[in-house]
Amino acid sequence: MTYDVPVAPGESAVVEERAELSAETWPMWEVFVRARRGIAHVHIGSLHAADAETALQNARDVYTRRGEGASLWVVRSSEVHAFEPEEISDFVDANEKPYRLATTYDIPDEVGHM
Amino acid sequence: MSAHPLVGHHLSEAEHLLAHADDNLVLAQRLGEWISRAPELEEDIAIGNIALDHLGVARALYTRAGELEGLGRGEDDFAMSRPEREYRNLLLVEQPNGDFAQTMVRGLFFDAYQVGLWDGMAGVDDTELTGIAGRALKEARYHLLHSSTWVVRLGDGTDESHRRAQEAVDRLWRYTDEMLEELIPIRRHAWGRVVSAVLAEATLQVPEDPYQRGGGRRGLHSEHLGPLLAEMQWMQRSYAGLRW
Repeated sequence: MTYDVPVAPGESAVVEERAELSAETWPMWEVFVRARRGIAHVHIGSLHAADAETALQNARDVYTRRGEGASLWVVRSSEVHAFEPEEISDFVDANEKPYRLATTYDIPDEVGHM
Repeated sequence: MSAHPLVGHHLSEAEHLLAHADDNLVLAQRLGEWISRAPELEEDIAIGNIALDHLGVARALYTRAGELEGLGRGEDDFAMSRPEREYRNLLLVEQPNGDFAQTMVRGLFFDAYQVGLWDGMAGVDDTELTGIAGRALKEARYHLLHSSTWVVRLGDGTDESHRRAQEAVDRLWRYTDEMLEELIPIRRHAWGRVVSAVLAEATLQVPEDPYQRGGGRRGLHSEHLGPLLAEMQWMQRSYAGLRW
């Protein structure tokens, strides 16, 4: 990426090069937090880190701050596999098959997360 | 109160708490200088969090010191109205950030000290203080994890990061005795074990130069504290009592 940066006389625009370098050397990680026991880990964002240990520490700082979650996961973004958007569009749309939807059941409150 | 590990022969408890509050405030101010300048956004946030932890401890200790002193002084008075000579922080925490390695090595030395310090306060006869120390201990353990993780990566990293980390160790080692003098021997040894283990893993050498500097606890500071305080205090000194 290149863009114009104001440069003082005698100074070179090394900032850009360093930013590109670090984007290359620090891979992306996806962060999952479980706020408390009994519920699933939820994806809350991503960050850069050099390795798993620093990714976990960064995740703690960036996403949990003082309200520590019960559990924290980090996964290399490159290890996440996904469908392409056009593949998704071929999925059966459950809305066209209302008999598949359990909309007529009342879920008791005690069941909680479902 | 006789079991209080901080009370020496000549300083009151309030004065001891002030010294520790000064450590935390000065380091918070130093770490704040990294904001927007850290190597990565994530690190910027991490350092900011650590700075805020230290600021929180400083505020709590200033407030407690003010209560014990009984002269009606509060956190703002201590932080914003005292001149350099009345600051009793360790020389280590006022040292400039230098490069990232220097900040992390300073953190390693100080964080390992604070873990011992707060742990030692767990049993003092002051529930207000044990509350502050209990919270600060958890924070200090995390700070130590952060700084030691980085020192290992820098020391055992590239040739340049190793060189910079070793220079930081060589430069800051002289400020460690002043700090460790306050810990009882068993905690001083614990500090040595923790720091030696991290430095060994980082392939860094403990300096053999025995030269040590002190004086911070007596208000005799290096040339670096004055400018820090000037920047921090100028608003209150220009507009005394200003609030927002």
